[in-house]
Amino acid sequence: MKEIITVNNLTKYFKAHGKADTAAVDNVSFSLHDGETLALVGESGSGKSTIARLLTGLIKATDGNIRIYDKDICKMKKNKAIELYSQIQMVFQNPAESFNPRKTLGYGIGESLKNRGYNSGATANKVAELLEMCGLPAEIALKYPHQVSGGQCQRAAIARALAVEPRILICDEATSSLDVTVQKQIIELLDKLRKSKILSIIFICHNLALVQQFCDRVIVLYDGKIVDQGTPDEIINNPQADYTKLLVDSIL
Amino acid sequence: MREEILKFDSVEISFEEGPVVHDVSFSLHSGEILALVGESGSGKSTLIKSAMGLLNDNGLVTKGDIYYKGTNLLQLSEKEMRKIRGAEIGMIFQDAKSSLCPIRTIGSQIIESMNSHKKIPKAIAKEKALDLFEKIGFREAEKLWKSYPFELSGGMNQRVGIAISMLMNPSILLADEPTSALDVAVQKQVVDEMLNLRELFGTAIIIVTHDISVAAAMADTVLVLKDGNMMEYGEAKKVIDSPENDYTKHLMEAVPRLKRA
Repeated sequence: MKEIITVNNLTKYFKAHGKADTAAVDNVSFSLHDGETLALVGESGSGKSTIARLLTGLIKATDGNIRIYDKDICKMKKNKAIELYSQIQMVFQNPAESFNPRKTLGYGIGESLKNRGYNSGATANKVAELLEMCGLPAEIALKYPHQVSGGQCQRAAIARALAVEPRILICDEATSSLDVTVQKQIIELLDKLRKSKILSIIFICHNLALVQQFCDRVIVLYDGKIVDQGTPDEIINNPQADYTKLLVDSIL
Repeated sequence: MREEILKFDSVEISFEEGPVVHDVSFSLHSGEILALVGESGSGKSTLIKSAMGLLNDNGLVTKGDIYYKGTNLLQLSEKEMRKIRGAEIGMIFQDAKSSLCPIRTIGSQIIESMNSHKKIPKAIAKEKALDLFEKIGFREAEKLWKSYPFELSGGMNQRVGIAISMLMNPSILLADEPTSALDVAVQKQVVDEMLNLRELFGTAIIIVTHDISVAAAMADTVLVLKDGNMMEYGEAKKVIDSPENDYTKHLMEAVPRLKRA
């Protein structure tokens, strides 16, 4: 399979007052293949979310490079990078907080379309289409984030991410704050979408059982470094690193 | 059979909008661990708050009774309730760090909490606390005594929270999602710690959790709630492995389970 993201020696330091810089991501290299679902697993502070933010250009890398569709986004000019970033979209843990509370969900979903020159009629049509694809009734577009349930809001967030027709979706703990029954529905939705739209997914999660169910490959992070990788079954049945062993043993 | 220490008898709890918990009955025996499971908004937390008399001003038990060792808790005055709360029935919360005062040391908060029940000299309070710390296996107890909450990890804060609530040696510990904010490895430590406490002190525990695996690892009995209604109540193994109620089945099927070779 073709590599669509290639990350080489990626490093991100955060500056701290009066202390040594912290390496949130420390010399990490991995790749994502076309159509693959890759899990990033690790405890809080292991660098999972920092990697997601580096990949989407929300923060800048200290060192190393990220190639998306064979283009080095760390060296790219901003206006060119913007076009590439539409290929890679993100869904966050807390859906209600990822929408503007003073705007309707429909506005939030359609915002990126307006920015790309859609007129209001075309935007409304596209929003309705996206909502339907994500299993939501069209009237959700008129609601505000606080008026819908967590599961509905997360579906809306997925609809928003899909608006620009990305090829890669990064889900940062996208199901962690949801009830198990809702979590199951969201996973089923993502599964349907990755098949019908040929999406590649980076799935950041701390639940190994869910990862086993949903992902093709796993990268285990500890303290900003990759300590283990393989298929979910390899990681669970034959963990190599000490941390992975602890992680697998801790599952109740 | 062991002594019955807490009994909910057809309890209905209402807020301004109307009843939110309907006709819930269960009983807890000494040394028993009961898990209340259900999704957000199912009334789990409301239920245990009612046992502590901690419902907000607009929440009220509108039907039924709650008995603690034969005393009807609902008929007690606030002053009498205060003797039970903490001393007889302890409670820990999801986010231990924010239930501790951020600008005071663990030690001074322990002294305060013990003094609010019984006047006790500082030196004796400290001795008692360090003794408990040792029993439950905290290393560097002296250092911990002088620490501030922000100097400790999330898991350590939760364990300190549990230790503080155990200092008064309550017969019941109410735990509201105590492991939900923790990493899996730390979660296991906290679960083991609560099991250990039950061994050491015979404390009965009610654990509120949405995580079925935590319930499976700890509980003797499980009560499943949905929209404030009891769906199923019984022996943990039976409810989790072979549920009878349709909702419970639906819930258990949604839980991703790890498949080991």
